[in-house]
Amino acid sequence: MAAYQPVGIGFVATLRRDLLLAFRRRSDFFNPLAFFLIVCSLFPMGVGPDPKQLAILAPGIMWVVALLACLLSSDTLFRSDFDDGSLELMLLSPSSLYLQVLAKTLAHWLLTGFPLTILSPLLALLLQLPASGTVAMMLAMAVGTASLSFIGAIGAGLTVGLRKGGLLLSLIILPLYVPVLIFGVGTVQAAVDGFNYLGPLAVLGALLALAATLAPLAIAASVRISVDN
Amino acid sequence: MTLLLQTVDLCCERDGRRLVDQLNLTVEEGQIHQIEGPNGSGKTSLLRILSGLSSRYSGNLHWRGKAMSRVRAEYLAELTYLGHSSGVKAVLTPRENLMWHAALRGLVDDTAQALVMTALDKVGLYGYEDAACFTLSAGQQRRVALARLFLGQSALWILDEPFTAIDKHGVGELEYWIADYAKSGGAVVLTTHHELNIDHAIQRVLLGGT
Repeated sequence: MAAYQPVGIGFVATLRRDLLLAFRRRSDFFNPLAFFLIVCSLFPMGVGPDPKQLAILAPGIMWVVALLACLLSSDTLFRSDFDDGSLELMLLSPSSLYLQVLAKTLAHWLLTGFPLTILSPLLALLLQLPASGTVAMMLAMAVGTASLSFIGAIGAGLTVGLRKGGLLLSLIILPLYVPVLIFGVGTVQAAVDGFNYLGPLAVLGALLALAATLAPLAIAASVRISVDN
Repeated sequence: MTLLLQTVDLCCERDGRRLVDQLNLTVEEGQIHQIEGPNGSGKTSLLRILSGLSSRYSGNLHWRGKAMSRVRAEYLAELTYLGHSSGVKAVLTPRENLMWHAALRGLVDDTAQALVMTALDKVGLYGYEDAACFTLSAGQQRRVALARLFLGQSALWILDEPFTAIDKHGVGELEYWIADYAKSGGAVVLTTHHELNIDHAIQRVLLGGT
């Protein structure tokens, strides 16, 4: 007898499990954050501490580094599940794979994009970003990094079956990150220049809406392909 | 006996070698099928095809008389698959691991808690339910995976080398569970190199012999 599954159970269980796993292995969680913090603090030393110059570069620097931090962490999204066979069991479970990968991606964002968002005002201060841009930076980071997590998960799903997928992963997903980068920087720049930044922010929101609805389909399909051998 | 899983002219080829050739297998309720063959003869490949993990085959699969592609969701709800890799997270405790598996089967809260504890008790991990899995031995970790067999009701078990890392006493227990399950109407498809000592008829399927 095939019992009906209440839809959200698998979603909640996977989300809770991934957060619990991250809590038990805290070093994995701190890696992208430490990367973000260290690389951003290298720039004032590299380009010189001139506040004017730094302020011009700040939005771009922060976004590029956030992008790379997300890229670094997305490789691990399905890796451990693939290695220990949990991914196979997810595919063979009666609950919907769409919701499972959605839960995994959400957990990934909560562990990378969200802390990056929280950290960003601190780094904005370090990089002399004018105070008028801080709120816009946080909003754009929160919305933008969520899209980055979804895009990264597609690439992670495709390359998880390969032993050395690192470079291929960046080749696949970095081009797809570009729209988020453009509108992310655009949002902050508009706010710094004193314009209304809701326009570019709305585009970021639209990208996220698109990613959140369609990406899980692509992620689920890519995971299926990786496990199919 | 009700017909459960059926393969029609199943063929599977890897790297130019035909591993499974025109296999017509029917799995009915209460039957135990043992897939036999030397290493590399395609036992695991066959089990992955039967479970639906692999799509690299030709021929047809039927579940309860209907084409597999149409009834996949119902099939998965009634299948328990135990592969080479156990799906056990080392940093989680046996209880946490199994609670996740129970939730994937749609079980939550008290029902799931009770089922998980019974299952852990059954596989001999009573008292270890809150120890992180990396502190357990390989055999005990395997037992955590085996405990999944007792979560929820499934009609078919697909077991790939279930006896790996299990001690002598455990092997006897597992054989007993398999026989018991078959007697209560469940069907089992398994591979093992170990000589099964089961009080139940076993159908043997030989791969790579021709």
